[in-house]
Amino acid sequence: MNQKLVAVIDYGMGNLRSVSKAAEHMTNDETQIVVTHDPQVIADADAIIFPGQGAAKACMQALQDTGMIHPVQQAAKEKPFLGICMGLQVLMSHSDENQGIDCLDIIPGKVVQFDLSGHPELKMPHMGWNQIHQTQDHPLWHGIPQDSRFYFVHSYYVAPQDKSTVIGETTHGQTFPSVLSAHNIFAIQAHPEKSAEHGLQLFKNFLEWNGH
Amino acid sequence: MSLAKRIIPCLDVDDGRVVKGVQFVDIRDAGDPVEVAKRYDQQGADEITFLDITATAHERNTTVHMVEQVASQVFIPLTVGGGIRTVEDIRTMLNAGADKVAINSAAIFNPGFVQEACDAFGSQCIVVAIDAKRVTTDDGSDRWEIFTHGGRRETGIDAVEWAVKMQKLGAGELLVTSMDKDGTKSGFDLLLMKEITSRVTIPVIASGGVGNLQHLVDGVKKGGAEAVLAASIFHFGEHTVQEAKEAMQAQGIEVRL
Repeated sequence: MNQKLVAVIDYGMGNLRSVSKAAEHMTNDETQIVVTHDPQVIADADAIIFPGQGAAKACMQALQDTGMIHPVQQAAKEKPFLGICMGLQVLMSHSDENQGIDCLDIIPGKVVQFDLSGHPELKMPHMGWNQIHQTQDHPLWHGIPQDSRFYFVHSYYVAPQDKSTVIGETTHGQTFPSVLSAHNIFAIQAHPEKSAEHGLQLFKNFLEWNGH
Repeated sequence: MSLAKRIIPCLDVDDGRVVKGVQFVDIRDAGDPVEVAKRYDQQGADEITFLDITATAHERNTTVHMVEQVASQVFIPLTVGGGIRTVEDIRTMLNAGADKVAINSAAIFNPGFVQEACDAFGSQCIVVAIDAKRVTTDDGSDRWEIFTHGGRRETGIDAVEWAVKMQKLGAGELLVTSMDKDGTKSGFDLLLMKEITSRVTIPVIASGGVGNLQHLVDGVKKGGAEAVLAASIFHFGEHTVQEAKEAMQAQGIEVRL
């Protein structure tokens, strides 16, 4: 029997282990989770999880250094692809972080900083449990109630050119796109690996998803 | 619809067990860290913080193993503090499954370490812990000073100025503990919390002194904290995290229920 291979992209940063543990927690015998920076494994995998924390520039540099830019871009075109936090932001064309850096340009749009002027009571980073309002149906929302809370930690958010890619929104001073979907890609600003039962349900849904 | 204020049970860990003392004496055993963490997760804790209170080299390995165990069963953010001195210490804890580390003494001995840690891992995982004690200055006014070594050694550093400096160096969050209040169950030092939360733009976790649920409410409403940390009231069955959240919600605080 062929096992389904799910590759967790390792670019040397972030809480990779939390992501792989959460995915493993929701797997069955037919699915194998591997943490990898090997372009060949990424090419061979049936599905991709791209986690991430930290800064956009360091992420792009690490992808460059490990030769993963092309394999990740290719995978994002054809396989079930789950982007998490930085793994959402690097899918965009350009990030304003670190004085500006070009990203993978898979989803046209920008990554911009929160503007909290007028909200002196709000803190930055946006850190903690906030609600995701599901603005469109998606197979990965299965079993996750509307407006469920997920754990966030970030200071920048994505602004896609095509608003129809937005399937979830969150409010912190302003309402921003917190989940994008494009074909086989589901990408979320929050950390499902740290979002208790709803986050685990999202991993379960992803592992069962064929990308359509 | 907005960000929820967080409740963070704190587990003081000594040689692989959860313990709790009152101002560092009368230490009581409060259980196995994995079991305790699972219980708090089930009660709806928003995060869990582990403080390795002895942090010797030998116990470091015990702590790493404990973090691995907890992280494979509990899927909420985990912060680990106690004896974090090098970039390698941070890497070890993150690889074990921690999401954030709390830096305390090492920041005082070498503030540049905070910046180095933030550059290496990102601000989101660097919490600076500040242990502050109220002192009366020569002119009779009160201020707060940072103490190390469990409150025994003064540093002469002003806690509020220090908080501002840590934010500048990149800290993503501050864990502020009142040494005067810790273990007394008489409530947070709300003046200290207010002083710091009004001076920084990063989230502040209030710590030290929680004895009842109203104290948690006050930490948010009067102290301006984004998160409240407590140990004893949860460890010994006085209250569940769920009850604490209901009490906060009843007074208009947004929580994750």
